[in-house]
Amino acid sequence: MGLLSIKLPDVGEGVVEAEIVEWHVKAGSSVAEDDNLVDIMTDKATVEIPSPVTGVIKSITGEPGDVLAVGTVIVTIETDAAGVAEEESTEAPILRQAQDEDEKDPPLKATKSHPRIQSGASSEPTPTPHPEPVEERGGKRPLASPAVRKAALEANIDLANVPGTGPAGRISHQDLEDFIAAGGRLVARPASHTGRAKRTGTSTHKIIGLRRKIAQNLAHSKRTIPHFAYVEEVDMEALETLRAHLNATRNEGQPKLTLLPFLSMALIKVLPDFPNANAHYDNEAGVATTFEAVHMGIATATPNGLMVPVVKHAEAMDIWTLASEISRVCTAARNGKANKDELSGSTITITSLGALGGIASTPVINAPEVAIIGVNKLQIRPVWQDGAFAPRKMMNLSSSFDHRIVDGYDAALMIQRVKTALENPATLFM
Amino acid sequence: MSKTKTTDVLIIGGGPAGYPCAIRAAQLGLNVILVDKSGLGGTCLNRGCIPSKAVIHAASRFAEISDHAAAPAMGISCAKPKVDMKTLTAWKDDLVGKLTSGVGMLLKSAGAEVLNGWAEFSDAKTCTVTLEGGETLTISAQNVVLATGSVEVELPFLPFENERIISSTGALALDKLPKTLAVVGAGYIGLELGIAFAKLGTKVSFIEALPRILPLYDAPVTRPVSRWLKTHGVEMHLSSKAKGLTKTGIEFEDKDGKVHEIAAEKVLVAVGRKPVTQGWGLENMGVDMDGPFVHVDERCATTMRGVYAIGDLTGEPMLAHKGTAQGEMVAELLAGHRNRFDPVAIPAVCFTEPEIVGVGQTPDEAKAAGEEIITGKFPLAALGKALSMQGGKDGGFVRVTARKSDHVVLGIHAVGAHVAELSGEFALALEMGARLEDIAGTIHVHPTLSEGFAESAMAALGQPLHITR
Repeated sequence: MGLLSIKLPDVGEGVVEAEIVEWHVKAGSSVAEDDNLVDIMTDKATVEIPSPVTGVIKSITGEPGDVLAVGTVIVTIETDAAGVAEEESTEAPILRQAQDEDEKDPPLKATKSHPRIQSGASSEPTPTPHPEPVEERGGKRPLASPAVRKAALEANIDLANVPGTGPAGRISHQDLEDFIAAGGRLVARPASHTGRAKRTGTSTHKIIGLRRKIAQNLAHSKRTIPHFAYVEEVDMEALETLRAHLNATRNEGQPKLTLLPFLSMALIKVLPDFPNANAHYDNEAGVATTFEAVHMGIATATPNGLMVPVVKHAEAMDIWTLASEISRVCTAARNGKANKDELSGSTITITSLGALGGIASTPVINAPEVAIIGVNKLQIRPVWQDGAFAPRKMMNLSSSFDHRIVDGYDAALMIQRVKTALENPATLFM
Repeated sequence: MSKTKTTDVLIIGGGPAGYPCAIRAAQLGLNVILVDKSGLGGTCLNRGCIPSKAVIHAASRFAEISDHAAAPAMGISCAKPKVDMKTLTAWKDDLVGKLTSGVGMLLKSAGAEVLNGWAEFSDAKTCTVTLEGGETLTISAQNVVLATGSVEVELPFLPFENERIISSTGALALDKLPKTLAVVGAGYIGLELGIAFAKLGTKVSFIEALPRILPLYDAPVTRPVSRWLKTHGVEMHLSSKAKGLTKTGIEFEDKDGKVHEIAAEKVLVAVGRKPVTQGWGLENMGVDMDGPFVHVDERCATTMRGVYAIGDLTGEPMLAHKGTAQGEMVAELLAGHRNRFDPVAIPAVCFTEPEIVGVGQTPDEAKAAGEEIITGKFPLAALGKALSMQGGKDGGFVRVTARKSDHVVLGIHAVGAHVAELSGEFALALEMGARLEDIAGTIHVHPTLSEGFAESAMAALGQPLHITR
């Protein structure tokens, strides 16, 4: 029987710390080899740490949301597995940890009426926690006095539906009376005539994992980058005709084309003339790096939150390959299967709310990039043409640029060039 | 041919569940017959709560005087006291008599009819009562409330027939103080009585099968009692099994299987209580059972329409105040009100030395129920009132357990001299849904033990006044 200590592995180049997202085991539980022990997150990749042996978990270090240094012992497993000798496990340093205040058992100092008397109160051990606490909440009974509970019973009202205005949501006689007066006995639907019951509940949850990363990154972007926003409309009639034609005549195995690959093509076409927009800016070093390659970030809504999967070397792809790649990396991100490489290294980002659309948006730059292009909804709008209004398929592009690196004039000029390319789609392929 | 009677409500058993049910039902205008054979007030008044508290009080008085005789304190000295058990028992019986006749008067003035006799059911709504003189009476009732209570569990190898073997009932009716007493079972009944006899001067030993006393409470709470037992020369044989009587003592087997003998003029068997379900026709009533108990729902209704059961007959905890609450509730149901038995907590007290109070969840129970908790503990040794009553030295404390997120109090436990009287405030706090801030923000009289409750709440909030953090 030996004790195996598992350290937080170096999960990516240059990664010195990682955040615990979710534990799949707890102290005392049994694990089989290859069972997932814990999910940890670095940058934007979530990694599973499997158990190398079969055994019983002796201890775990850190709670979801804790950031631990690489090399920290995160799990110790008692195992019979061959080759595991008696081994000491060391407690890991937790870099940031929520304050824990469980038992307060303060030492005794002085008495009220006898201020000088020192007590001999024994130092009693705190009760040992249950080895495997039942992780069940809910079923919490409503907070109300016996008289209120009885009055509710007599009025045939389930107190679980009555909003309490007292501390901790305690239900007073007044709350119950108000509820009844508001027609509360029809608890299934809101009151019809006199108004609705007030909702007073709040709930708090820790912002951890991907959500915390998103929060940090976006706050950093908005705080440090002076955004220059620019919105222009594009006539999409010609491009839509071409897109419909290509989709109708595509070969088997070729993907259905959305607008994104066309927009990517347009950006790839104009970016060589605007190298400062396809760049990374390191403010501290005072260095901007421009790229010949176009690594196209595609902002993607995933079940866990916003992610930016990347199509590498988009400049080397034809429209079909581009479409396949965009689809592949976005799906991988949505399914949580994207690897670190597919989630980093973009040089410019496209963001689209898709069919949800909107007239305009002010996208936040994906630092350290310096430009982001947003796609708004394509709609038929009246356009003044040859002395009359004509119905045209119009779409807005909403873009943001890092004004420190890209001048407003250049940004506008670049978007005008993108517009021209999109309105004359044949030029995309030249 | 016996006489026949009909009634709205027939209650079987006049203990602390049955008699309050009868009083309340009669107050609410129902026609009530209560049948009782073993004395109004039941186990509680006749053989349990009240007589044991009388004996415990007398024993504590005797112990205090003995202490002063042995070593004068506070400037008080006296001669070594003596106790005459016959007189003590008579004093206790007189007290019990007053209370039971008081119950009879209360029932009468409420308008409930009391029959002194033994009831036997032929079906769920009909019973034959054999009265004092052998006369029988058949009663048919619209509603029946069963409140037959419980009796002491007997051990087959230590039968109560043997005059050296006594139950808790027998222990409260001794006319001579035994020199040595072995108590089998270190639950609250055995401990309360064993400690009382130890205070009266009997050499007391406990034989308990479990490795600890009072397993329903957590170890920190029972530790002061263990300490008292140890310092007062009470022998504790834990993890041990009683075997049987010897000529002058009792044999028991320790956890290693070794057999020992200890002297025991008397042996008190206090290994629990069982519901009275035999001998009165329960089997003819068509009600479902729940183990040894009668199965009831939250309204104390059995599976037979119109038949209710209350008190010890319905299961743990077998406590008088639980039965009383159920009895009142059923009476209101029968009078047409809506009601149910849904206390937040059923408080429990052990009149040991020192006393223990438990209301609601212990920290471990709360954690097991999925709560994230904070606790606050305040030692009674930091209270002037406790010290002035010489009550600060026994390691007593008040401990409050609250939910971490909203500070709602989940449980309150206390141990120490006289803390039983705090149980009411503890229970009120839980029933009213108090938060720690409510307790800490309520002015508690100085100097009283109740200050300890407020201080424990402050301690849980991280701001105790009279202890250092």
